[in-house]
Amino acid sequence: MYAFDLERPTTLDAAVKAMAAGGQPLSGGQTLIPTLKARLADPGKLISLHSIPELKGVSTDAEGRICIKGATTHGTVAAEAVAYPALAHLAARIGDPAVRTRGTIGGSLANNDPSACYPAAALGSGATICTDRREIAADDYFQGMFATALEDGEIVTEVKFPVPQVAAYEKFIQPASRFPLVAVFVAKFADGVRVAITGASETGVFRWAEAEAALSARFEASALDGLAMDPDHMIADLHGDKAYRAHLCGVMAKRAVMHAA
Amino acid sequence: MLRLMASMRFREDFHVRVSMTVNGRNVSGEVEGRTLLVEFLREGLHLTGTHVGCDTSQCGACTVHVDGMQVKACSMFAAEADGAQVATIEGVAANDGTLSAIQQAFQDHHGLQCGFCTPGMVMAAASLLKANPKPTEHEVREHLEGNICRCTGYHNIVKAIMAASGQEMPALAAE
Ligand SMILES: Cc1cc2nc3c(=O)[nH]c(=O)nc-3n(C[C@H](O)[C@H](O)[C@H](O)COP(=O)(O)OP(=O)(O)OC[C@H]3O[C@@H](n4cnc5c(N)ncnc54)[C@H](O)[C@@H]3O)c2cc1C
Ligand code: FES
Ligand code: FES
Repeated sequence: MYAFDLERPTTLDAAVKAMAAGGQPLSGGQTLIPTLKARLADPGKLISLHSIPELKGVSTDAEGRICIKGATTHGTVAAEAVAYPALAHLAARIGDPAVRTRGTIGGSLANNDPSACYPAAALGSGATICTDRREIAADDYFQGMFATALEDGEIVTEVKFPVPQVAAYEKFIQPASRFPLVAVFVAKFADGVRVAITGASETGVFRWAEAEAALSARFEASALDGLAMDPDHMIADLHGDKAYRAHLCGVMAKRAVMHAA
Repeated sequence: MLRLMASMRFREDFHVRVSMTVNGRNVSGEVEGRTLLVEFLREGLHLTGTHVGCDTSQCGACTVHVDGMQVKACSMFAAEADGAQVATIEGVAANDGTLSAIQQAFQDHHGLQCGFCTPGMVMAAASLLKANPKPTEHEVREHLEGNICRCTGYHNIVKAIMAASGQEMPALAAE
């Protein structure tokens, strides 16, 4: 690792000021620390979000949305987001217990790994990503592999999830990394169904419009029969080629519909 | 209070002062921002029971508890443990050397061969049994997802943890 300063502010205000002076947020470090070890980053200064109580916790707002503060760990979401079972279940299967002790929702969404779990939940639920500056709809937030609408120095402070009637997240685990090889989040709202897919596309998390239309008309796994994902923009690696991933999208979407609760 | 890290190379211009409790003992020292908790434990405190297997967050050999929660000490900065209570494998047995129930079960059930992964396995098992004193075999296996063992094939580790929880171990599939 290149040498850097590490600051540990205890309020969001202090963190925002520290960021303005130049620095990179450190949340759970479960992505950033391996990146630093590989010398793929040289931040000069890290601003830890770990000691900021106002950036932690799960609550419900007046609109019934589940609101998760940016530095809330996966483990806390698994234990406390019980009012949104598909979300709690997703958090409970990220990585392993130690990763869930440290890793946070804000870090996951800021990083926007093309195979990360939370982006599928946020996009699939139509969540709102709140920062120290503004609120961003999930549909505008995810902008491709590792790319988001966040500006330099912007901090994810909270994520607000509308709670669907039923939902499920089905993750086909890549056993070496424990990330999804392909995973699908399906959420049925009164006004329609959203389907978000992670792990599959070279452009990161995306919505599957044809599946959404089919499931909005009829919420049954068989409604997806005959729908084929175009393999063109799928990720290909040693774990699976384009056609395999395209096929998995359909399989996992059907499983999600069958398990939606 | 001990002044630690004297043996560690660190850059004065990036140093941070940290204090924490390790296995019930107050310690403090100076580290760099980039000093990992596992480096502080091993090189600073000479607590070398916490192993580094991969250094890439995959293997769990470096598992310790921070404020009662399981973490990979290679994936957390020492400065982030400032003020925390840290527990390592060195604090698991009684002062007179009597093994804990989990450690004894690992010995009784041959839950180790080379022993490299064992400190992490024991710490992971302790955190599981604290939250879930009577886990199912499946829950034990799921909990160990982040702990890799190159030797045992896991069966005897699972057996040991089941035994430590006071449960009979049913015959295992691959036996
Ligand atoms: C063994 C292992 C298995 C894993 N398995 C999975 C898995 O199955 N599914 C999955 O989704 N993830 C998985 N992860 C990744 C894990 O979920 C990370 O915790 C997560 O991706 C990053 O969150 P973090 O809090 O650790 O962020 P950090 O590593 O601290 O930060 C990541 C990036 O986000 C920035 N950042 C952090 N917080 C904020 C914020 N609030 N606002 C703005 N920018 C911010 C940082 O500057 C950095 O660039 C795994 C990780 C490991 C090590
Ligand atoms: S050394 Fe920490 S996970 Fe392998
Ligand atoms: S006993 Fe050798 S790695 Fe587990």
